Amino acid sequence: MRKRSIYTLVLLAVGLAFIVIGAVKGEANAVLQKAIMICMECIGLG
Amino acid sequence: MDKKKKKNYPLFKARMYIQACWTLITNSYASGFINGTIYQGNVKSICVPGLNCYSCPGAWGACPMGSLQNAFAGRVSGFPFYVVGTLITIGALCGRIVCGFLCPFGWIQDLFFKIPPKKKVRRLPGEKYLRKLRYVVLVVMCIILPLFAKGDIGVGSPWFCKWICPSGTMIGGLPLIALNENLRSVLGWLFTWKMFVLVVILVGSVLMFRPFCRYLCPLGAIYGLMNPVSLVRIKVSKSRCTSCGACQRACGLDIPVYKEPNSDDCIRCGKCITVCPHSALKMDASLRGRRKRRSAAREEA
Repeated sequence: MRKRSIYTLVLLAVGLAFIVIGAVKGEANAVLQKAIMICMECIGLG
Repeated sequence: MDKKKKKNYPLFKARMYIQACWTLITNSYASGFINGTIYQGNVKSICVPGLNCYSCPGAWGACPMGSLQNAFAGRVSGFPFYVVGTLITIGALCGRIVCGFLCPFGWIQDLFFKIPPKKKVRRLPGEKYLRKLRYVVLVVMCIILPLFAKGDIGVGSPWFCKWICPSGTMIGGLPLIALNENLRSVLGWLFTWKMFVLVVILVGSVLMFRPFCRYLCPLGAIYGLMNPVSLVRIKVSKSRCTSCGACQRACGLDIPVYKEPNSDDCIRCGKCITVCPHSALKMDASLRGRRKRRSAAREEA
């Protein structure tokens, strides 16, 4: 397997591991809490 | 040119339809558009791949850039594993193919690019340096400022969303303000500024292919870094390529694809692949080793 393919697999493994760690830490809930409120900065209100 | 070998490439030809369908599916919460509110269900804990404002009345998912900035701004304690992991996973799978196929604001720019004049601007003076600006936007506005410029209660701002993001203004701000009278009553100079940025980018999109993606988009900067190592890559057949430059002439971003098939600027629109007169370019998503690819090439020959 080429070196580049190994980088791809390593990145994928790291990415998936980060998602699991983040979900266990409750970060998905933090994303949700922000996303369900109208983001005043995003729409240009402050 | 061998007529038999010329392929049809339906995926790339259907790109605009895929962009339209993806935008409509991921922003199809009808109640938001009827009532001037946004979706508040659990699905919104999942980040969509493209720059899709979570304050769009129809949005089902969260914007990865907004979520990243808010995590750095103090809404997540420690390193933001979840959002960074999402970005790495998407980038490692497909790189900037997200920009070409799955970004609502990319689609909007493509629609504006179809407006005449037919003669478009290919490059700006200092293009090489201007294209690095998106990395500055990423580091300064999406990481450093949210991380360090914090208010009295220890929470920072999503600086990119607040000062630049045209996607937020267009698919979040405009519909919400049109539908919600309370929001209309508190419009101020910040909204005027964001409208100015949006108008400049949209006018720029008429004259030039994807000005926001090439110069300013921090999400494209992240995915672009993973273009060379993503699972989906463009491959050049050295035996077929004659370096005629047809790919570069067709490329809206003026990338010499025959030399740099996986440039960090490439949004994987596939235009180069469809125009190559020798079918020397292809989108590949395999992890095959060199030996297998050689035997495949031999079979192909």
